[in-house]
Amino acid sequence: MIEIKNLTKSFGDLLVWRDVSLTIQDGETTAIIGRSGCGKSVLLKHLNALMYPDEGKILIDGKSVFDLSYTELRKVRQRFGILFQGGALFDSISTFENVAFPLRYFTDQSEEEISHNVNEALTMVNLKDSGSKSTAELSGGMRKRVGLARAIILKPDYLLYDEPTSGLDPRTSGEINELIVNLADTMDITSVVITHDMHSVLSISDKVAFLDEQKLSWFGKTDDMKHSDNKNLMDFITASEYQINKQTA
Amino acid sequence: MISAIRELRIAGGIREFGRYGQLLYQALRSSTEFSTYRKNLFHEFVKVGYESIPIIFLVGIFTGAVMTLQTAYQLDTDIYPSTIIGSIVVQSLIIELAAVISALVLAGKVGARMSTELGTMRVSEQIDALEAMGFNSVSFLVVPRIAAGILMFPILYTTAAVFGILGGITAGAVDGILPVAEFMEGGRAFFFESDIIFGIIKSFVFGFVITSIACYKGYYAFGGAEGVGNATTRATVLSCIFVLLADFILAALLL
Ligand SMILES: Nc1ncnc2c1ncn2[C@@H]1O[C@H](COP(=O)(O)OP(=O)(O)OP(=O)(O)O)[C@@H](O)[C@H]1O
Ligand SMILES: [Mg+2]
Repeated sequence: MIEIKNLTKSFGDLLVWRDVSLTIQDGETTAIIGRSGCGKSVLLKHLNALMYPDEGKILIDGKSVFDLSYTELRKVRQRFGILFQGGALFDSISTFENVAFPLRYFTDQSEEEISHNVNEALTMVNLKDSGSKSTAELSGGMRKRVGLARAIILKPDYLLYDEPTSGLDPRTSGEINELIVNLADTMDITSVVITHDMHSVLSISDKVAFLDEQKLSWFGKTDDMKHSDNKNLMDFITASEYQINKQTA
Repeated sequence: MISAIRELRIAGGIREFGRYGQLLYQALRSSTEFSTYRKNLFHEFVKVGYESIPIIFLVGIFTGAVMTLQTAYQLDTDIYPSTIIGSIVVQSLIIELAAVISALVLAGKVGARMSTELGTMRVSEQIDALEAMGFNSVSFLVVPRIAAGILMFPILYTTAAVFGILGGITAGAVDGILPVAEFMEGGRAFFFESDIIFGIIKSFVFGFVITSIACYKGYYAFGGAEGVGNATTRATVLSCIFVLLADFILAALLL
C-alpha cells in the first residue's frame, strides 16, 4: 500500500501542487490525469523518491520513503518498475541488453536464463524479434514497449507508467492498455498510470486522481467519475470525449 | 541594483559549489562499489587514455617544435651557448607546457564528451531510470569517469612531454639551428626528476578538475537539447578557467 500524505512540491518560485493526499491500495490500478504541465510526472517520481517534496510524506507499507537511508531506499526502489515518458532506454547498449540490464546487475542468473527471461518479456510486449536492434532503430512506440519489458523484468510489486500510450496509434495504444490490464491481473501488480487518454482511463483503472489548479482536485473510483460535480473534471472528460469523437468521426 | 545582482550571483555560485562538493562526496563514498563500475572503468580508460593519444601526439610534437624554433629566435646572440635552447625547451615542456596545453585540449575533447553524455542521459531520464532500478548512478557514471581522468592524464602528460622533446629535437635538427647532440646535452643539464614529479602532480590535478566539472555539469543538466548544450559549454569554460587557476596555485605552492 502506498499512502501519500500532504505532499507539496515547488521548483524555486514555481508551485507544482500543494497538499496532495491519496492512498493506493495493493492490486489496484490508479490513473493520474490532468493537463500537460500540471505535475503528473513529478508526482510519479516522488513515489520511489527520485524527487523529494518540500513537505509531506509517502508511506510504503507503513515505511516513510523519504526517511530511508540510501541503501534502504535502493532496496525499496527495486520493488518498483517504471516506464518513463520517453522510454529512457540506455542508448549505448542494444535492445536486448537494455532488458537484460537489471538481470545482469541484480540477479546471478546464467546467460541462458537471462536470454530466456528477456525473450519472454520481449514477447509479452510484442517485440519478439527486435532484441538485436540498437535502440536508435526503434520507433517511439517500440521504445515504450522495450521500456515496459525492462520495467517488468524483475517482477516488481509496483509498476509506474508515465504516459504509456501517448503518441501511439489507436491500435498499439489498445494493445498497451490490454497489456497493462494483463500485467495487473497475472502478475498481481499494483499500477499507477499517468495518461491523457480517457479511453485508457476507462479501460484500465480502478481509481482516478485528477490534478488541477495545483492540487489534487478529485480522487475516487473510476465508475464514480462521470457523476462527479467537479466542473473542471467534467470539462476535462468532455474535452477528451470530443477529441475521441472527432477522431472516430 | 547592480550590487543585488552581484549578491545573487555570489549566492548562486556558493550554492553551485556546494552541490559540486556533494556530488564529489557521494562519488568518494560510492567508490567502494567496484563491481558497479568495473566495466565502465575500462571503457573510460580506453576513451580517455587510448583514444586521446593521437591528439596528444600532435600537441606534443608541435609544441616542442614551435618552442624550439622560437627559443632559438629569441636567443639568437653569441652570449649564450646554443645548448641552452635544449635546456629551456625540455624544462618548459616538463614543468608547464606538456601538462597545461594537453589539459586545455583534453578539456575540449574528454570533458565535453563527458558532460554531453551525462547531460543527455539526464534529460532523457536515463539517470532516473538507473536510480529507479536501485542503481547508484553516481557510482555507475561519475566514479569511473573521474577515476579515468586522474589515472590517464598523467600518462597522457608523459606522452606529450616525450613527443614534445622529440618534436623539439627534430625541429632543431631539420632547421639546422641545433644538432641533436647539443639539444640533448642542454636538455640533460637542467633535467631534474622533481620537475617530472611536479608535472605529474599537475596533470593529476588537471585530470580531476576537468572530469569532475564535466560530470557535475552533465549530471545536473536540465532543459532538453539546449540544456545539454549549455551544460557542456559551461563545463568546458569552467574547466579551462580552473585548470589555469590550479596551475597557478600549484606553481605558487610547489616551486
Ligand atoms: N527538474 C525540474 N526542475 C524545474 N522544474 C521542473 C522540473 N521538472 C518539472 N518541472 C516543472 O514542473 C511542472 C510539472 O512538470 P511535469 O513534468 O510533472 O508535468 P506533466 O504533468 O507530467 O506534463 P506532461 O503531461 O506534459 O508530461 C512543469 O511546469 C515543469 O516545468
Ligand atoms: Mg509528464
